[in-house]
Amino acid sequence: MDLVVAVLFQLVYGIANLALISLGLAIIFGMMRVINLAHGEFLMLGGYTVVVATNAGVNIWIAMLILAPLVVGIIGVIVERLLIRWLYGRMVDTLLATWGLSLLLIGLVTSIFGASTATTISPPLGIIRLGDYSASGYELFLIGVTIVLFIAVFATLKMTKLGLVARGTMQNPEMSSALGVSTTQVYMVTFGLGAAVTGLAGGLLAPVTGVLPTIGATYIAKAFITVISGGASILAGTAAGSILLGGINGIFAFITGPTIGEVALLVAAIILLRLMPRGITGRFFRKSL
Amino acid sequence: MNGNNTLRQMRPVLVFAFIGVVFMFVAPYVLQLFTIINLTTAIALAVLALSLALVWGYGGILCFGQVAFFGLGAYAYTIAAINFGGSTWAILVAIMVASAFAALLGYFVFFGRVSDVYLGVITLTVTLIFFSLIRRTSGPEYKIGNALMGGFNGITSPPLNLPWDTSSFLFPEHVFYVAMAALILCYVFCGWLVTTHFGRVCVGIRENELRAELLGYDSRLYKLGIFTVSAGIAAIGGVLFCNGVGRITPDVFNLYNAALTIIWVIVGGRGTLIGPIAATFGLFYLTSALGGQSVLNNNLVLGVILIFFVLLVPKGVAPTLTDWFTKRRKPRRANRRRRRSQVNKA
Repeated sequence: MDLVVAVLFQLVYGIANLALISLGLAIIFGMMRVINLAHGEFLMLGGYTVVVATNAGVNIWIAMLILAPLVVGIIGVIVERLLIRWLYGRMVDTLLATWGLSLLLIGLVTSIFGASTATTISPPLGIIRLGDYSASGYELFLIGVTIVLFIAVFATLKMTKLGLVARGTMQNPEMSSALGVSTTQVYMVTFGLGAAVTGLAGGLLAPVTGVLPTIGATYIAKAFITVISGGASILAGTAAGSILLGGINGIFAFITGPTIGEVALLVAAIILLRLMPRGITGRFFRKSL
Repeated sequence: MNGNNTLRQMRPVLVFAFIGVVFMFVAPYVLQLFTIINLTTAIALAVLALSLALVWGYGGILCFGQVAFFGLGAYAYTIAAINFGGSTWAILVAIMVASAFAALLGYFVFFGRVSDVYLGVITLTVTLIFFSLIRRTSGPEYKIGNALMGGFNGITSPPLNLPWDTSSFLFPEHVFYVAMAALILCYVFCGWLVTTHFGRVCVGIRENELRAELLGYDSRLYKLGIFTVSAGIAAIGGVLFCNGVGRITPDVFNLYNAALTIIWVIVGGRGTLIGPIAATFGLFYLTSALGGQSVLNNNLVLGVILIFFVLLVPKGVAPTLTDWFTKRRKPRRANRRRRRSQVNKA
């Protein structure tokens, strides 16, 4: 019984982890049809923000929950102004330009902080007992944060004026600007919010994974495949993709080890796309957010 | 299409191929052995760039994971050569493995009608999964036949030998000839392929997939075909690469190398074959030179180059140059024609 609980906990944590690293990408992709290949580097920057801030004496909770999203959000807005806005509607070029940005950020961070791991920080919460087994309290915290984050994004999109304007702009930019909405500002804010969510995820994961200039590469494969499998709906898509792929990954990893788990995740995603080329939410829950 | 026509269309290709042949025979007498060995690696990478130039520039297929086939070819060659004790069949195995994998992956993405941007992301993901998968195979339990996978450290590749003569290995200066010959052959092959009916249909699909389908061409099959062929060419590059370097490591699958391949084609220009090849040599020497200093980081420079080209020279160097020349020549030619017609009237 205890084993079942422990395994289930790991499974849920895997799913939450996947959802956490994918959400920022899904917001930017779902709202703006921009695939941000520098997503991994935004996560990396969030991690570095936390490490630098805690080394400078800032409380780790403030660093993770406030500074990381703030810093990466601002970087996102700058990137949107300087790079992305020239390329709207040209998906392939956006993809390539953000890849260039990804290399640029890796190079920049390597030049500043060096190629090796910056000082690591340990997860702030202790362990919890599950009968004979123990689990990390911090992992439980991450599961909670992921759920809260999903609710917050849902509330922002559905219940605030900003969310309404943003959704309207994404559906019909001409009509929105005719009604007096500054679409460029909406794009800027949306990209910034996506980046901020990504920064938060990167900051939260920094104590678990450590930080490296090239750590983005370990996230993006999973994040992309989750978002593409999920389809166009931001929340429902990410949740569905994470649950399906995270579940498959977890089950295979439990049986055979982490390597096969990742391969199984990829194979499942490719077979899924053969059956549903537009992702899960391209077929089911189409009206969902 | 008659043979004469094909020859005329292939004239530029044959000119560049001839320059390549001259270079192949002159270079070993002019350059030092160290440079020749370095060049062999650059040539292997040029074959990789060529394969992407074919599939992306002509097939319109955005493949971000061309290094996956390149690396797969290198690994298949190395493992097969260790097990067979000779390189002759290993080369064939490398090409077959990469093509077969491409055909399988291509079946899922093309027949699922996955859009081009998704395709780029999926191929990139496949590459990164290969990276993490092979990196973890460091234990003694991971072996294929007699070949230990070696995990992070990779495998030492057996050198090429003369066909069916496993006792006479090729020395690095000979591998240079093989690599150069392979590059020229692949280049002429690609140049020929794009003039065939198959190649023209592929270009047609690139330009307007719906129209090509309405004309009765099954775009999925054509895309799958060109994707598979280009994977085979990438595998040839991989075989040359692991011979030039002497070993193959999982690093070949990393994000940096995947980006590098894309950058060669972007800089060289989509829709040409010689452009990406030239860009590969140029950037190879640029990155080697950058490796010798520590002020500017390689990633930083490549990122700036990529952004610069996407924003300001989206067509790449070769097409931009060609456009510029034809623009300059056109008015002159028109003038000449006008003058000639006036002379005729008189």
